Amino acid sequence: MTRISVKVDGTTYQDEVEPRLLLIHYLRDRLGLTGTPIGCDTSNCGACTVDLDGESVKSCSVLAVQTDGSEVTTVQGLAHNGELTGLQRAFHERHALQCGYCTPGMIMAARDLLRENPHPTSDEVRHALEGNLCRCTGYQNIVRAVLSAAEASEQGVRA
Amino acid sequence: MTEQIVEPEVGRSRPRKEDARLLTGQTNWTDNIDAAGMLHLAVLRSPMAHARIDRIDVSPALERPGVVAAFSGGDLAEGMGSLPCAWPVTEDIVLPDHPPIAVDEVRYAGDPVAVVVARDQYAAADALEAIEVDYEPLPPVLDLEAALQPEAPLVHSDKGTNRCYDWPLKTGEDFDAVRERAEVTVKRRYHQQRLIPNAMEPRAVVVTPLAASGEYTLYSSTQIPHILRIMLAVVTGIPEHKLRVIAPDVGGGFGSKLQVYGEEAITLAVARRIGRPVKWTESRSEGYLATHHGRGMIQDVEIAATSEGKLLGLKVDLLVDMGAYLMLVTPGIPILGAFMYPGIYKMGSYELNVTGVFTTRTPTDAYRGAGRPEATYAIERIMDELAAELGLDPVELRRRNWIGHEEFPYTSIAGLTYDSGNYEAATEKALSLFGYDKLRAEQMDRNDRGDTVRLGIGVSTYTEMCGLAPSRVLRDLRYAAGGWESASIRMLPTGKVEVVTGTSPHGQGHVTCWSQIAADVLGVPFDDVEVIHGDTRAAPQGMDTYGSRSLVVGGTAVHHAALKVVEKARKVAAHLLEASEQDLEFAGGVFSVKGSPDARRTIQEVAFETFTAHDVPDGLVPSINAGHMVDPDNFSYPHGTHLCAVEVDTETGRTHIRSYVCVDDVGRVVNPMIVEGQVHGGLAQGIAQALYEEAVYDDEGNLVSGTMADYLVPSAADLPDFVTDRTETPATSNPLGVKGVGEAGTIASTPAVVGAIVDALRPLGVRDIRMPCTPERVWKAIEEASS
Repeated sequence: MTRISVKVDGTTYQDEVEPRLLLIHYLRDRLGLTGTPIGCDTSNCGACTVDLDGESVKSCSVLAVQTDGSEVTTVQGLAHNGELTGLQRAFHERHALQCGYCTPGMIMAARDLLRENPHPTSDEVRHALEGNLCRCTGYQNIVRAVLSAAEASEQGVRA
Repeated sequence: MTEQIVEPEVGRSRPRKEDARLLTGQTNWTDNIDAAGMLHLAVLRSPMAHARIDRIDVSPALERPGVVAAFSGGDLAEGMGSLPCAWPVTEDIVLPDHPPIAVDEVRYAGDPVAVVVARDQYAAADALEAIEVDYEPLPPVLDLEAALQPEAPLVHSDKGTNRCYDWPLKTGEDFDAVRERAEVTVKRRYHQQRLIPNAMEPRAVVVTPLAASGEYTLYSSTQIPHILRIMLAVVTGIPEHKLRVIAPDVGGGFGSKLQVYGEEAITLAVARRIGRPVKWTESRSEGYLATHHGRGMIQDVEIAATSEGKLLGLKVDLLVDMGAYLMLVTPGIPILGAFMYPGIYKMGSYELNVTGVFTTRTPTDAYRGAGRPEATYAIERIMDELAAELGLDPVELRRRNWIGHEEFPYTSIAGLTYDSGNYEAATEKALSLFGYDKLRAEQMDRNDRGDTVRLGIGVSTYTEMCGLAPSRVLRDLRYAAGGWESASIRMLPTGKVEVVTGTSPHGQGHVTCWSQIAADVLGVPFDDVEVIHGDTRAAPQGMDTYGSRSLVVGGTAVHHAALKVVEKARKVAAHLLEASEQDLEFAGGVFSVKGSPDARRTIQEVAFETFTAHDVPDGLVPSINAGHMVDPDNFSYPHGTHLCAVEVDTETGRTHIRSYVCVDDVGRVVNPMIVEGQVHGGLAQGIAQALYEEAVYDDEGNLVSGTMADYLVPSAADLPDFVTDRTETPATSNPLGVKGVGEAGTIASTPAVVGAIVDALRPLGVRDIRMPCTPERVWKAIEEASS
């Protein structure tokens, strides 16, 4: 067992964890943060994407011990006092989710994209999100939502 | 009192009520569910396609840390019935026994052989490797034609054959006679590769037992909580009234969760045996073996026509891969397609035979479209081939044969009565959005120049049968249940509304759309309506969600139930307003007396007055709640025209979809934004079959494309932007005029894409490319044609 201290969605947790424990299982099974789902076992689907110290990562590809001293943000840490972020709102308004299973990962990946490239083209959005699979939407409304969130952020809305 | 003015809800692009929790991670997926003392179940699966189990010993697993119990198939066999097949399509169908967990023989790689129950999922997974199994390999059965030969090894040796059934359909003139006099005949063989549905949420089951009273609650990632409850009661012997099934948030299905799975029965049986809550969640790779596959069929298609391109007849022979067992509706899937091979065309002769074949692979069953994409592919592809044979433009050939808009209702050669449609209008709109003539000119120019990048245009003028289904038709097709749907509406004392539906959404947006339908009829605000679903206790009657049925049958039930509420409320309102019912008008949620505009009551006020029951008419039951069940008279028939332009690099085989235009006619539209989303998603899956996806097996029967790293589910970078539009010819078979939209995109798009690729390469001699049209296959097809 290894002792870690990690801040998740604003709360600091100190835990003893097995070295093999994946971050996604730590979040879901130990912290009860089930907002981030698991969609595959080969790091292809991206459903479990979270933010680790300002970078989006697939939390199935990170060990919990690697996050010692780090800050993690999940989809559950985005909205403040019930106020959705620009991306969450854009996903809602543009119908960028159907079953919603890929949505947490998709939003976390899109958030990372907009941080690095605040004004992406539609092609850039498609390529930036290619590690996140969606089976429902055909992606078109996801692309629209990300572009519209980018536009809104120019007007000062938090992406 | 203020007047309620409610804009019509039906037709508005309402953002969805469902989104709030999905966007913020406040979800209730089955795998999120925890219960005090819950144990985790893991399944040991056969590593071989076909083998006899000589010996199995689970006891070493019990020594592993954290393990609470372990069971072999034999240990669980007592009291466990066969998994059900609800659609034995012929009287003499071969129906093998299907134990939820194999006892003495495994018949596909992935067949369950033992389970371990442990305190956490890691311990359960670790302990599987301690189980000892001796397998004696048996020959795999993989080739559909070879499987029918007399000397073929058998999947089910007790049945003496791999032939599951033969299902013939013959209408109109004899096809042999038609072939004799036809000036042109074209015959082709098409392969519908196996597909893996890939709902983003893997399957999961949680069972919480109340041992003292013998009651069980089963949560499952399912499309069919109601059907599942009945079937699990039969399989496990738990009385139906002691079993509650809940479909919590369900992350997509596409047919793959229209099933009664072994793991559902096993988890229930184990929880019952040990008296503690048990959870099973599949990994994605496990799901590739254990969750049913779709498609998997060889199609021999022959079409006969005059030299002017007038269709005379169609003959279709299908060899369909059932996989190792018959699951819930496995044999019925090609039958759902059987009536659709003639498509939108008039002809005088149609013959079809379906042969179901057992193989040692994962069972097949419903996958988005279920039989109808296969049918549409065959007819649309062979129409292209016929057009090429006749030297006609493929759109022109279709024009010469389709049912004219003035000919509806029209009974097709397959015996379906298409109630409405306008193929001309959808096609004209699509051609114009696509810029058909200009693209044809560019194509010709590239061909003339001998460009290494060719352009092709694919056309798909499809129709489909949706709104499953009239119960009597299901009876005639030997399906074991009906096709009705139920809705009930509760008017709460404060005027808020609960709609209880028997449909079970998993991404479609029923909560939003049923709210829109109810709000319109009742004249209450959209936000005052809540929709309850997916729990056999809270929504006790239902036939669930599949086959583009939910809006057509379930939405119609909501509409009728709401009308009944209004009629009941009218009696109370008349009494309160001291007027006769005939003198009351109802609009925008308000009852008013004709000629006395001040005498009025809203339906929400009537709900409160009914609740208090202080002043309701004598003899009236103090309730304005109402329920309704719809059993449809006919299917619904969405249609449309899809056009696809593909560039093909003849030097690399690489394809690029340059534009995709579709004009769909799904009847009246409740929520245009949701309809567009359904079309987008459907297109993605149909295009994926054309270009990317295939469940590949090796010669031993191992699934080679066994992980998401090996099976290409397309990403955003692999798909184009779509241009979508609609025409609107209302269905005449239901009062909403709706036709269903869940499967249209998938049904239409596959032939449009493959047709475009073949069209691009036809000048080089290419006539067909087997799906998925990977760069390698495209390149090889070009090489073969040129040599």
